Amino acid sequence: MSSKNKTTVTAEPGKQDLSITREFDAPRELVFKAHTDPNLYVQWLGPHGYEMTLDTFEPVSGGKYRYVHKDKDGNEFGFHGVFHTMTEELMIQTFEFEGLPEAGHVTLDTIRLEKLPGDRTRVTVQSVFQSVSDRDGMLQAGMESGLSEGYERLDEILAKM
Amino acid sequence: MVVARTPTTHDPFNAVAEPKRRQILEAMGAQELSVNEIVDLLGWNQPSVSKHLGVLKQVGLVKERRAGRQRLYRVNAARLKSIYDWVTPFEKYWSESFDRLDEVLDKMKKEN
Repeated sequence: MSSKNKTTVTAEPGKQDLSITREFDAPRELVFKAHTDPNLYVQWLGPHGYEMTLDTFEPVSGGKYRYVHKDKDGNEFGFHGVFHTMTEELMIQTFEFEGLPEAGHVTLDTIRLEKLPGDRTRVTVQSVFQSVSDRDGMLQAGMESGLSEGYERLDEILAKM
Repeated sequence: MVVARTPTTHDPFNAVAEPKRRQILEAMGAQELSVNEIVDLLGWNQPSVSKHLGVLKQVGLVKERRAGRQRLYRVNAARLKSIYDWVTPFEKYWSESFDRLDEVLDKMKKEN
């Protein structure tokens, strides 16, 4: 029984942040647990078709994390950061993709978990980039990988013909 | 990845960041209009409309066509769509993650 909750992304032109909102049919303590229990966290974070492994995971205020997303061809993509604030209503952390040609393009992510009536929860993620060009660069990089996924599917279809 | 922003006149993202230019695009909708018709729709002065229209034309968000002595303008929908498409991969990342989180939460609820 999957719910019809929709993910909303807001990215205004000329600004250096992005926000994502989504509601869940589960109480806040469970949503928080899914963010802090390492066995649960690896089951959901990341794009479809990637296997996630946690190198370091200290989900407390002042802790740090590093994880790797591996695609089916074995390509690895590393990410790391620190947890600034880690409470059930507010999680603030830094985030950096290790695959960039230049280090230091860090975002500040604020995740709010809001209690809703009927044991439901609203999750809001705000990512603040260091500049508008950082934000747009990340979005453009995402678009390129999206395109290559499309070509891979085309390859599969062509192989069957 | 770390490219400096190009000037407004080359960059559709910066061009639509200006609220007045968004208003022009909204007012035009799917119609093909002359400068004077846009002036009438918005109630702005003609030099202001012409200036913003010029920027939109330079970044390819608006197309111009000559019809006799008149110049007519319309929104280049394909170019505008590319701006909306640019946010899609990010949305995909999060909606796929959150769909899996739904499944994880369902399992957790059953175990509780």
